[in-house]
Amino acid sequence: MHQNEFVNLITPFKDKIFRVARRLLVSTEEAEDATQEVLVKLWNKKDILKNYNSVEALAMTMTKNYCLDQLKSKRASNLKIVHNNFTDREAGLQQKVEDTDSLNWVEKIIDQLPEQQKLIIQMRDIEQYEFEDIAKILEMNETAIRVALSRARKTIREFMLKTHSYGIG
Amino acid sequence: MELDKLEILLEKYFEGETSIAEENQLKDYFSSSNVAQHLQQYKPLFGYFSASKQQEFTQELPLNSNNRAKKRTTTWLSIAASVVVLLGAGTFTFFNYDTTQKEDLGTFEDPEVAFRETQKALSLLSQNVNVGMESIQYIQEYETAKNKVFN
Repeated sequence: MHQNEFVNLITPFKDKIFRVARRLLVSTEEAEDATQEVLVKLWNKKDILKNYNSVEALAMTMTKNYCLDQLKSKRASNLKIVHNNFTDREAGLQQKVEDTDSLNWVEKIIDQLPEQQKLIIQMRDIEQYEFEDIAKILEMNETAIRVALSRARKTIREFMLKTHSYGIG
Repeated sequence: MELDKLEILLEKYFEGETSIAEENQLKDYFSSSNVAQHLQQYKPLFGYFSASKQQEFTQELPLNSNNRAKKRTTTWLSIAASVVVLLGAGTFTFFNYDTTQKEDLGTFEDPEVAFRETQKALSLLSQNVNVGMESIQYIQEYETAKNKVFN
């Protein structure tokens, strides 16, 4: 496979890889590294890629595994740095007023979800994969995914209601 | 879309039972300007989903087919460079060391002159030693005085 062909093949989903990686790893730099890593791995596999019926699903599975590995090794060796702890509370309250900042608020809530739910929210609500594809990528069955998705969405709703009615109730 | 239908859809959404098309309906509704008052709280959620789909991967890909070979050449290059640096530093100090040894030591060709010069140098030395000796005489004085007192 030629380099151009490969680039054409990955273009439709390379941003998706990046977004999934960012969702899991939080930091943009790390997500960029992860994306590069996954794409280079795909490139090294280029000769056997035609054996897979969906390269995209393969790439997503690789991304998921790579990011979870990263997280695991980081947790084993370092203290975890919680990225969303740096802003102080006062600024957070101020931000809620603004429209764009309530988007940040959503991001913070999603960051608190367990990894698996984060992944499912990312794939369903942001990338809009069908349940069938998500099941393939995450190697789970569809029912489990629906349950986890519902749980994640409800958790987000709960937090949203809490922040929305802050100071009222 | 009617409000009651939308609320049913929203409920389905939180149960994880909506299809992609229905979710898009929800997204469209919440991105429009006339969202019902009691549903305002969901607006950022759907707004966030649409917004975060805009993020893109802009990094360049290091897609050289011989990635590994490149890595190997860089390691060899660095080894070669360090060898060159070491050799350079070694020869530099070697030659410098040599020249300092050969520098002016006051060597004479003629033995007569050499003899005279040596004598001169030795007499200068002994004179200076004698200067030292004179002051030692005083110490000798102290020694004798002390002996007188204590014996």
